[in-house]
Amino acid sequence: MQYVWDFRPVWLNFGVLLEGLVNTLKLSGFSIGLGLVIGLVLALGRLAPTRFLSIPATAIIEFYRNTPPLVHFFWYFYGLPILTGISLTPFAAAAAALSVQSGAFFAEVFRGGIVSVERGQWEAGRAIGMGHAQLMRRIILPQAFRRMIPPLMERSFELVKTTSLAATLTYGELVYKAMVLATQTYRPMEIYSTIAVMFFTVLFLASLGMRAVEHRLARRAAR
Amino acid sequence: MADATPVLAVEGLRKSFGPNEVLKGIDLKVGAGERIAILGSSGSGKSTFLRCINFMETPSAGRIVLDGAPIGTQGRGGVLAAKSAELRRLRTRVGMIFQQFNLFPHMTVLENVMEGPVTVKGLKREEARAKAQDYLKRVGLAEKADQYPQRLSGGQQQRVAIARALAMEPEILLFDEPTSSLDPELVGEVLDVILGLSQEGRTMLLVTHELGFAYHFATRVLFLHEGRIHEQGTPDEVLKNPGQERTQAFLRRFSAFHF
Repeated sequence: MQYVWDFRPVWLNFGVLLEGLVNTLKLSGFSIGLGLVIGLVLALGRLAPTRFLSIPATAIIEFYRNTPPLVHFFWYFYGLPILTGISLTPFAAAAAALSVQSGAFFAEVFRGGIVSVERGQWEAGRAIGMGHAQLMRRIILPQAFRRMIPPLMERSFELVKTTSLAATLTYGELVYKAMVLATQTYRPMEIYSTIAVMFFTVLFLASLGMRAVEHRLARRAAR
Repeated sequence: MADATPVLAVEGLRKSFGPNEVLKGIDLKVGAGERIAILGSSGSGKSTFLRCINFMETPSAGRIVLDGAPIGTQGRGGVLAAKSAELRRLRTRVGMIFQQFNLFPHMTVLENVMEGPVTVKGLKREEARAKAQDYLKRVGLAEKADQYPQRLSGGQQQRVAIARALAMEPEILLFDEPTSSLDPELVGEVLDVILGLSQEGRTMLLVTHELGFAYHFATRVLFLHEGRIHEQGTPDEVLKNPGQERTQAFLRRFSAFHF
């Protein structure tokens, strides 16, 4: 059997795919930003000396880490209107699901970085009279931050790929646009292959960029 | 000293880690300007004792009394409970120097010394900077102010740690084996700084294995054994004429290789 590749429909509709890519990046950027904030709050909550914070934070983290992301998308998009009457746009529902879900993963990265700071640093901060918040802000987080960069990147890339689930909510990101185009042009092979290359290009360039940043940080640390 | 309120009193201090009771009831009154050297073999509880004074370890029972005021409240089980605000206040009054220095690696030497005054005491940066430079001069490291700690030798790092503790202007200083992780040739510079502080009439408690230094430094020597104060007295009494057999055995081990 001989398949004849035909990329013409892809080039003719490339604008549509680019629009999808922009939407993917929009959703990713927004969710990473919000996810980092949620992650930091959850991590600090989990590590807080009081159980009123640590137990709920731990529960949220474990719950979101151990349930499939597609279910989160459906909850925010289909479940929320039924339960509360609040209906979200596909973008808002996808962003909410992604931010909280990746926030739970980011939280574990933050927590890992925080607890990896040597015990002596915590003690030295306490010994000069620092409270928990001062200790975190001045001593622990600045040291933990550098160690967190590689795993945070890894999670963020994962998130960019997970945005494709927003297609199920009819949000016009790259995979959704590809699905629509594929049914219009009957060229799914070419179209899906093209968007795979588009994903690869974006993520690969981003990882090169981050490696440069890491390198610079490592050099600064070796001062 | 007998009639004045002690600056620090430890009453019936006990500390357990799980089933293991490390401190089995320690009582101690420390007068202003006293310098106390705490000796004992490893596992005798001497570091734990020191760490209980500023609540780095929470005592299992007993009281820590600072200037006549007990820290925290006595719980029903005899366990001390203290609010974090109270602990923070306590620690600004009782400074600690660690065996591993524990300088903040992401800050310069000067920033390390300024950190407590600025963040904890709310001093203006300019004021804190001037003060920090003063204290660095006191430990002989004024010229290292802008270096990062990892560029310094262990002895220099420990001197910075002393300056960092001094910058909080504490009433009492606790030294937890300050020279134990130093190369032998770096021990002297740190001990010199500590000896210099003793001439200022500071109240200090020091856990050490340097017997010779303890002799010159201390106004009183404690020998801890199995979680209790086994013997105490002047350096001459404890180090030269120990009354207890355990103390004698401990001192013998240190002099085994004299030549």
